[in-house]
Amino acid sequence: MTIQLHAHARAFPIGETILQVEDVSLRFGGVRALTKISFDVREHEVRAIIGPNGAGKSSMLNVINGVYRPQEGTLTYRGEKLDAMTPRRAAHMGISRTFQNIALFKGMTVLDNIMAGRNLRMHANFLEVAFRLPRALREEAENRDKVEEIIEFLEIEHIRKTPVGRLPYGLQKRVELGRALAAEPKILLLDEPMAGMNIEEKQDMCRFVLDVNDHYGTTVVLIEHDMGVVMDISDRVVVLDYGRKIGDGSPDEVRSDQNVIDAYLGVAH
Amino acid sequence: MRGAEDHSDTFPKLLMQHARQRGGRAAIREKKHGIWKTLTWAQLAEKVQSLASALAESGLKRGDHVALVGDNRPRLYAAMCAAQWLGAVAVPLYQDAAASEMVHPLQSAGVTHIFAEDQEQVDKILEILPQCPAVTTIVYDEDRGMRHYRQPQLISFAALRDKGLDLLAARQGMLQDELAKGSGADAAAMFFTSGTTGQAKGVVLTHASLIDRARVAAEMEGLNDHDVAVAYLPPAWIGQNIFSYAQPMVVGYSICCPESPETFLSDMREVGPTYFFAPPRVLEALLTQVSIRMEDAGRLKRWLYQRCMAVADRVGARITSGQAVPLGDRLAYSLGNLAIYGPLRDVLGMSQVRVAYTAGEAVGPELLMFFRSIGINVKQLYGSTETSVFVCVQPDGEVKPDTVGPAVKGVELKFTPQRELLVRSPGLFKEYHLNPEATRAAKDAEGWFHTGDAGYLGEDGHLRIIDRVKDVGALADGTLFAPKLLENKLKFFPFVKEAVAFGDGREQVCMFVNIDMAAVGNWADKKNLSYTGHGDLASRAEVHALIGDCVAKVNADLASDSTLARSQIHRFLVLHKELDADDGELTRTRKVRRGYIGERYQSLVDALYSSQSSVRVDAEVRYEDGRVGKVSADVKLCNAKTYPAAPLKKAA
Repeated sequence: MTIQLHAHARAFPIGETILQVEDVSLRFGGVRALTKISFDVREHEVRAIIGPNGAGKSSMLNVINGVYRPQEGTLTYRGEKLDAMTPRRAAHMGISRTFQNIALFKGMTVLDNIMAGRNLRMHANFLEVAFRLPRALREEAENRDKVEEIIEFLEIEHIRKTPVGRLPYGLQKRVELGRALAAEPKILLLDEPMAGMNIEEKQDMCRFVLDVNDHYGTTVVLIEHDMGVVMDISDRVVVLDYGRKIGDGSPDEVRSDQNVIDAYLGVAH
Repeated sequence: MRGAEDHSDTFPKLLMQHARQRGGRAAIREKKHGIWKTLTWAQLAEKVQSLASALAESGLKRGDHVALVGDNRPRLYAAMCAAQWLGAVAVPLYQDAAASEMVHPLQSAGVTHIFAEDQEQVDKILEILPQCPAVTTIVYDEDRGMRHYRQPQLISFAALRDKGLDLLAARQGMLQDELAKGSGADAAAMFFTSGTTGQAKGVVLTHASLIDRARVAAEMEGLNDHDVAVAYLPPAWIGQNIFSYAQPMVVGYSICCPESPETFLSDMREVGPTYFFAPPRVLEALLTQVSIRMEDAGRLKRWLYQRCMAVADRVGARITSGQAVPLGDRLAYSLGNLAIYGPLRDVLGMSQVRVAYTAGEAVGPELLMFFRSIGINVKQLYGSTETSVFVCVQPDGEVKPDTVGPAVKGVELKFTPQRELLVRSPGLFKEYHLNPEATRAAKDAEGWFHTGDAGYLGEDGHLRIIDRVKDVGALADGTLFAPKLLENKLKFFPFVKEAVAFGDGREQVCMFVNIDMAAVGNWADKKNLSYTGHGDLASRAEVHALIGDCVAKVNADLASDSTLARSQIHRFLVLHKELDADDGELTRTRKVRRGYIGERYQSLVDALYSSQSSVRVDAEVRYEDGRVGKVSADVKLCNAKTYPAAPLKKAA
């Protein structure tokens, strides 16, 4: 199976810059995790960040997500400069993420896990929920509806009521994607979504990532090890090595960039 | 009311009758987004009318053909009825067919309009569109992934229906005319037969024949509009069409469409059908699931299960058939009903089932009796696409494993000297589409349909099917050789998944055996036998011994029957790969294609009839994505234990 991308006109054409990263440097004590990184993410595109182990990929994602505060540099999100980004603020602004090591509630069902992703969309307070007052019930129904749409989208109807801990790895990853989608994000950050998967699971996941981008117009920033996957599904690629940016451009440009070949790819494909 | 019913001689007329009589009651339920959504008869009627208006506008005429490709969905059945409203013929196709397999049906029927469920089906159709120039309109149901398609033939189901809704008022006159123009003699649907040999043939059935058979069977079972059935088998199969389209249309009961094939079992539990159809392989899968889960249960539960099943084994089937049993047994059975049978029926989603049928393949006596003994009224029936299913049905209380029951009302049976079964009934097909030769060959001047099945009527009036006539052969010494009978006897062992018998014109009978991975794998686990996969397991001496025992038991059984004693199985081998429809070894309905297998594994057959003890074999394997690989293995040839024929017994 080959993955056909952009063979046809996109429903959501790539737009203006939605997120701008400028001269970001991040240090942990004496260790320089990131050094003067700049790149942009445009609306509705699939943007990949690649690089060898320890290149600073996850750190970069954590900076965007507000987990780490960089010592230098700025983030601009939809024209607004972000000085004090926190994960909660990021979520409120429409940035969702998945994790390299799955971070789901293992004992809860698939449905409940994805419902948890609707957290920010629920406004009823504790008492309203406890006494099942009209607003809480109405909200529950509305959110459930949205969650069911995501369950259908990800084709996981048959495991709706299964505790996540009992599911195979590939499906857990899909559930995690579902939870991130439940927040109806503008930007979806995916930390190695295909890691540890077999070919078939990877193909499924690629299809879902592309479908999300295509169907909801969600901007996707993903970190990935698997070069084949990255080249197939990304519009543009940033290459990091030892915390520095060494390449940036379309998959073809990156693939033929001598710096990138030397640092990462080894030989030209 | 009876009079009114008899005036409705087409499905659209029946639909309008239900819309008037029970408009507010459920016609079709569909589980979507985790919730059952109901379509009432009135809503269905409106949907069908708006679709019919839009279809007429897009050029669909009387006598045209409309293909339907997809799973059981209310939209599919609405489209089917809308096509019939305009006098067009519905042509349901198997949704798992490859694109190339769809070319012949689309071309030969000259299909103009296609209803496709989703992007997957649309892609297949677009791939073969250049070969099918008659196609003008492709309607897709699910719009996921469809937004980039620009082909002019494409339109979404919702858009078509909206178009129809706008036209509805203006086209009322035309709709009523078309409805009145339809008559029972019109072709209603065309089903492509699975085609064990050569190209599939389009079997044309009229409204009258489908409605007649549906009505007769419904009256026999006392079906009413409170019954519920689950639609889960491919709509392209005649049986599914009868149970989830023709019979609901006649009786007014409702059908439920599960959310997806994976959720079928839990969805079935939720709706609790009262009327159920399952081919033997589905029953088998259910039984296997029960057995495996019971083996994992705690000791107390296992003990209880075994005790209760022993009682059920002894008297359960008789109680389900309404026969008298001693009071003590009846008491024990009601206790078992509380503890095990009731909960088990509930888990299987069959607690409400009044009538269940199984057909399509021979069903093992133990399998049938398991379900009957826990109080599920599973019965066998006999029929085919050409006969609108119902030819023979076992009446309540007369269920025997080796028969398919007496002829249903309106059916005449007779046999040729070669034991071929001939059928005459109001439910017979009109013709094979554009194939007068084949039609003449199958249906003679007096209206007898040559079924191609060999069988005989027992003294109890029940029909017994032996095999396909063309497959019934003779050993070199002239003894009757009925391969399917032998294969089925062997297949009733859980360890055997498929079996292929050879022997026509030969000295003795030999057999290919395919082991059942789940059952043999489980057995191997218990024996602490480690293995890597199917090929490895199939080559183990222990497994050969296991299968050898099964064959010996079959032989012992055969030896006791004077006509079959000489067709005992002398040698067998365990196949190194699973027989697969993708490799052409099975039909899409999972029947073995004996001739093809014989040719493909010629070297193995030859080796069986030599004195060799093993043989090397290379086989091509076709993977699901179309790639072709090679498997080679050493296959061991085993001798089976045979028994001397029993002395001739006087017929009882």
